[in-house]
This record gives sequence, C-alpha cells and structure tokens, in this order.
Amino acid sequence: MRPNYILKVLESGERVDGRKMDEFRKIKVETGIIKRAEGSARVRMGKTDVIVGVKMDLGTPYPDVPDLGVLRTGAEFVPIASPDFESGPPGEDATELARVVDRGIRESDCIDLEELCIKEGEKVWMVYVDVHTINHDGNLIDASALAAVAALKTAKIPKLEDEKIVRNELVKKLPIKHIPVTVTVGRVADNLIIDPTKEEEEVLDSKLTAAVMEDGKICAMQKSGNYPLSTEDVEKMIDLVIKKEKELRKHL
Amino acid sequence: MGMKTEEKLIVKGKRLDGRKPEDIREMEMKVGVIPNANGSARVRFGDTIVVAGVYGARPLFPKHLQESDRAIIKCRYNMAPFSVEDRARPGPSRRSIEISKVARLALEPALFLEEYPETVVDVYMEVLQADGSTRVTGINAASLALADAGVPMKDLVVALSGGKIDDTIIIDLCGKEDNYSLADIPIAFLPRKNEITLLQMDGQLMPEEVKGIIKNALKSGQKVYKKQKETLRRKYKE
Repeated sequence: MRPNYILKVLESGERVDGRKMDEFRKIKVETGIIKRAEGSARVRMGKTDVIVGVKMDLGTPYPDVPDLGVLRTGAEFVPIASPDFESGPPGEDATELARVVDRGIRESDCIDLEELCIKEGEKVWMVYVDVHTINHDGNLIDASALAAVAALKTAKIPKLEDEKIVRNELVKKLPIKHIPVTVTVGRVADNLIIDPTKEEEEVLDSKLTAAVMEDGKICAMQKSGNYPLSTEDVEKMIDLVIKKEKELRKHL
Repeated sequence: MGMKTEEKLIVKGKRLDGRKPEDIREMEMKVGVIPNANGSARVRFGDTIVVAGVYGARPLFPKHLQESDRAIIKCRYNMAPFSVEDRARPGPSRRSIEISKVARLALEPALFLEEYPETVVDVYMEVLQADGSTRVTGINAASLALADAGVPMKDLVVALSGGKIDDTIIIDLCGKEDNYSLADIPIAFLPRKNEITLLQMDGQLMPEEVKGIIKNALKSGQKVYKKQKETLRRKYKE
C-alpha cells in the first residue's frame, strides 16, 4: 500500500520525491494578484497552492485596546482544493490553521496596529487576512503563513473621504513593523522532515510549527499530531526551524 | 505578544499574588463530582476552575464514524458565559474549537483506545471561572476524569503553563500574567517518560529561553502529577 511505502522510505531517511529530509519543494511567491484586494499573494510549494487576500474595512476597536486597529485572520478549506474537503463552515483543521497563521502575525507585532487608529475608541482600520486553499498537497500552514505575510507586506490602505472608504484609491502602505516566518517540522520514526507533501503528512507522528522573527526570536508555536515528543525532539525541531526559516525569508 | 502594562509583575522576587516564580497556585482536585458521568473531576488552580466529565466508552453513532479496531475520543472545551469578565457568547468560538482539538491530541496518547472498538469516549471540559491557564487546567481535569471513568491509561496527563517576566521564568500563569508576560507556553505531557503531548506558544522569546521554559514546566509538573495521584488514591479510600 502507498502509505506503507511512503513511511518505509521516510524511515530510511529518504523521500519518495527525491528531496533531502530538510529540503523545501520549489517555492513560488507572487504578490498583487487580486485586483479587488488591498493586498494579496499566491504561494506555491510544489503542488500546494494557496491564495491570501487582505481586505481593509472600518470598524470599532476592542474596548480594552481602544487605540489599536484590528487584525482578523480566517481560513477556508474549500472543496476545490482536495477530495477530503467538504463545503460548510470552517472545521477544526481550518480553524487551527487560521489561528496559527494569526498567532505568527499578531505575536510578532507584524502590523503596526497603532497606526491604524482613526479615532480612539470609535473608529479604526480592520485588517482581514483570508486564506483560500486552491490545491492541498501538504504543508498548508507554512504556505499560508508565507502568503499572508507576503500579502500584508504589499498591502495598501484605501483613501478615506468624510470617514468613508474610497475603494479604488489606495493611498499608503499598510504599516509593517516585523516580518514573521513560519516553519513546520514533521517527525516520523526518529527522522525530522521539512515541507511534507500530503501523503507524507498522513504518515507523520507529529509536527511542530514555529514562527520566527527577523532577530531569531520565536513568537508562536503549535504542536500537532497525536504522537508525543521528548524534550530532545522539541529542541531538535526548534533548531531545524531556526535553520530553515532563513531560506523561506528570502522569498519575501 | 503580551500587552504593555505599567504594573510590575514581579517585585522583589514576588509575583502579583505573592507567589515565588516557581510556585504553582493553590491546587484543589476532586474526582466523582458529576453523578451522571462515567468519570468526572473538578480542578482548581487559584481562581481558575474547570470541571471535566467523561461519558463512555459508549457506542458511537452514526456507525460510519466508528473505528473497527479502537475507540475514538472526542473533546469539547467550553467556557461558561459567566466565567470571564465580559460575558462569553455561548457556543463554540474559534478559540474553543482550536483548544478542543489540541486537548484531544494531548490526551489521546495516554489512552489504550484499542480496548473498546467501535465506541466513543466523550470528554467535556467546562471552564466555570477563568483566571489564566484554563486549557491546561482543563486537561488536568480531563485526565483525572478519564482515570475516574476507568478508561485504561498508560499514564496520567499533566499540564501546566510556563512563561517569562523580565529575566525570570515563571510557572502557572494567572490571567494578568497571561496577558502581560513575555510569553505564554502551555504544555501537557505524560510524566512517567516526560513525553510532550501539547505544546503551544505565543509571545516573543529566543529559542534557548523557550527550551528553558519547557524544561522548567516538566520539572514543576511533578507536583501536579503527585496531586493527581493523591486525588485518585483518596477516592478509593473513601
């Protein structure tokens, strides 16, 4: 059976597509691909294909932070992307993906939310980051996080006239303070791998995702998969994230 | 990242509530608190209170969801509307959906699910009062409830949050520390072999600091483990 074969190859320290264990697939990042969005990006990692669109809107701030703009990240696993995806509201996995992508952006202070305050306590810019999967061939989190940051980096704020948005006039860049990069490390037997394909993902024991800032600080983590990790596993996985993060960063 | 606050979170080695950095809040654990459930537990860490109930292993319907060789585990983490300062809207939020998933993955490795094919073990965690570290308190309660229900387990699951204030590593974050600490790292593990089953983080820390916090949490977790075991033993004495 195919999964057994994939597993056997991984256990022997190799991969069915001939990549090294810590090698990304071919990555392609395009920005500014959606005209109606204030920022957008498409990321392809091998056959995985995701599009992120950034939309800006006016809204009220959260009462505990009345002088900050609002970031909202969503993700939809649309059925077009995989025979395993079904229509309907976002499920557990899509919700987790959105929250992990959100955590990287939020915790790194990627967007200067103070700059997005229009009138304290009353009116602020809302930044909506929406992940749309086009083709799922594994590692959706890294691809989505990369696309989200690429989209934010190139996003522009629309013009305001009498406190109303003029949709087709973008006047200034969205203020960006930090650039987080998210890397997932998969574990299978005693081997660690980067950028798993979907069929590799299905045989992994567990995964650890971490977002890293320019200065090497980690700003978000998430363990997934139902197999436990030892402290040594976690430390090795963190070290591998730090090593590979620089490669992904070049695409931004 | 933690928000900024004028208030100092550690003054002369003491935290806001008078704890030392390595102190866990007062712990209270009790099993058998819900008569209808097959197993249940109430766990309090300071002002955080979670009650967990386990139903099953029980038959799973619809049938196509069944696994022929093992039980499946379902988890629901839920906050009571009155558990937080601003009323929480009833029903699942994105946050609770995510926590339910990671809690399930945190508990699953401890269970011998193959003993009950075609069934489900339902684990419910209700946060009654929140003052930080609710997901780890919920996992501690769920672990006790599973043991109380007699579900075969290879170990209990111990959970704790770790963080850092200024240069000091802290354990078991209360709500304020959760908001303002440099990082919040919830961890769950099987203490017998120190196998980590849940690991999340938000905040900003260098990799070596993260590793230090994980080690510290595993060490402090022994106190929680001891309390869990005492709680279960007490049940059988009564």
